Amino acid sequence: MAATSSPSATARSTRGGVEVRLEDLRRRYAGVTALDGLSLTLAPGELVALLGPSGCGKTTALRLVAGLEEADGGRVTIGGADVTRRPANKRDVGMVFQAYSLFPHMTAWENVAFGLQMRKVRPADRRRRAMETLELVGLQGFANRYAHQLSGGQQQRVALARALAIQPKVLLLDEPLSALDAKVRARLRDEIRRVQLEVGITALFVTHDQEEALAIADRVGVMRSGRLEQLGPPTTIYARPATPFVAEFVGLTNRLSGLVRDGSVEVRGTRLPLVQPDAPDGPAVALVRPEAVTLSRDGEAASGPLVGIVIATAFLGALSRVTVDLGDVTVLAQLPTSEAGAHAAGTRVRLALRPDPVLISRED
Amino acid sequence: MTLAVDPSIKLETARRPLGGGRRLNADWLGAVPFLAYVGLFLLLPTAIVAIGAFVGPNGVTLANLTAMNQAYIVRSFINSVVLAAVSALVGAVFGAMLAYAVATGNPRSVLRRLVTSACGVLAQFGGVTLAFAFLATIGGAGLIRVWLLDRGIDIYANGEWLYQLRGLVLVYAYFQIPLMVLVFLPALDGIRPQWREATETLGGGTWHYWRYVAGPLLLPAFTGATLLLFANAFSAYATAAALINQGSIIASLLIANTLTSEVGLHNPGIASAEALVMVVIVAIVMVLYAQLQRRTAGWLR
Repeated sequence: MAATSSPSATARSTRGGVEVRLEDLRRRYAGVTALDGLSLTLAPGELVALLGPSGCGKTTALRLVAGLEEADGGRVTIGGADVTRRPANKRDVGMVFQAYSLFPHMTAWENVAFGLQMRKVRPADRRRRAMETLELVGLQGFANRYAHQLSGGQQQRVALARALAIQPKVLLLDEPLSALDAKVRARLRDEIRRVQLEVGITALFVTHDQEEALAIADRVGVMRSGRLEQLGPPTTIYARPATPFVAEFVGLTNRLSGLVRDGSVEVRGTRLPLVQPDAPDGPAVALVRPEAVTLSRDGEAASGPLVGIVIATAFLGALSRVTVDLGDVTVLAQLPTSEAGAHAAGTRVRLALRPDPVLISRED
Repeated sequence: MTLAVDPSIKLETARRPLGGGRRLNADWLGAVPFLAYVGLFLLLPTAIVAIGAFVGPNGVTLANLTAMNQAYIVRSFINSVVLAAVSALVGAVFGAMLAYAVATGNPRSVLRRLVTSACGVLAQFGGVTLAFAFLATIGGAGLIRVWLLDRGIDIYANGEWLYQLRGLVLVYAYFQIPLMVLVFLPALDGIRPQWREATETLGGGTWHYWRYVAGPLLLPAFTGATLLLFANAFSAYATAAALINQGSIIASLLIANTLTSEVGLHNPGIASAEALVMVVIVAIVMVLYAQLQRRTAGWLR
């Protein structure tokens, strides 16, 4: 029977995931090192998010995979084939840009069909496949609209459809949500993940937004100065950061002065185990997550290094973030909102630090 | 207790000025001098020309318009159209190339600032000064012409083309090219690098990019700018008058001669009809230009 293929059928008819390897990639711009020996392997069908501050090299890495820039050293392989010297139009990658990348003189379906036209697909098949891919991203009803007639989120979904329509081996996403407002961003992030899983394509997602990276990726690579600082599943990156940079870049962190001695650090009278117990003795800054800080109201009459005054409470939904002034430092505590209600601004509270293993920094 | 207030009542109250009656929109006040200027020096003369074209010594007549088919008038208009078209094409092609060179360079470079500043000045450089500049350099006794003559090269061996249509094309190019740069540069700046990169990742090359993306995006802007150059050259008078002070080689000179001639050519009614034809041609061109600009503006914001 002639199939009237559903969008998911079309999606599954793509080649699925292939392994993508970045090996010792190097790139310099006018004396500035953008990539300093980056190595990373994406498993077939995996979504890896590269996360880092501006200038850390994450976009450069993506552009080297796309073939939009040439590496000074190292190599890129896609599905086992070395594509390092292959031009962008021969690499078989689909790319979603930050914003404004749709061709403004073409309708949504014409944009999606453009890559198929470049591949000399017959006009009738082009249109059918474009419509199917638009259906995959939920925009079948917007096929005849121009970019300026679509919202920012819709434009990015068309861009995603355009990148997927050519059935690429790898999907590259260069901060595709950064130009959108928060609500649309969260929705589209989930939409991208759904489509990526449905198609089963290997994807590299670049972002500077830690929440986005942790929410969407199978693994997150935190980059700093052209190198991978840590690569791992989101839970590991958050709960067991390998370096102070990762701890501070991913999630909020309290920086509390302490003294390292015998494999633990003493912070304001509380002894906390270290992630790296072999750290040498001496003064250090302990990096303590807000959720490792608890509050009690028996501080009214008490005194001590962990007694302070609540100066602000930020409502975040199910959780609230309480800021406590200890005199020489302010500390963030993250509590269930039901508990935070007892600690209004001006309340005197006692803090306790949960004895989770902590990282230390000696940069201060 | 909370009072429920009908929002429409509140809106109506807020809109009504304290003193009652309609409040004059202050935005319009700022535009009054400009509107007065346009009214006095564009609309009023156009109306005078339009009315004058239908008035003869004995009152209302169509004779001025029917006189437009005289051979010397038709020839002048054809010459004007040819001159405007050729100088517009020359200006558009070379201006677009220069604009592209500027647009693809560093947006904060000295070269860009230099070229755009120079174009801003040169696009307005016309009339007697421009004619003199050419006369002093490649005119009959011009510096370069004499220098070349001393070396056995006579640029006027086949006639003094500088004072003919060909010469006007060269002279007009001097302000047409800079004007094209100024008009076309914003369109080139509107082309986003992501479009080329998207073309490449989708499997296209440089040819595909120009054929399917940049070309169609820039074509309306290029055509519109060329039309603007056409109108600019078609209505130019001072440069041609300073360079060629005899005869009615082009329409603008013809109108001047018909108005000021002390011999048989003098006829204000026919001059008005000639000016009306010119106004109509320029108006058609400008409407087309505006249409094309509007189309591109949506794409290349």
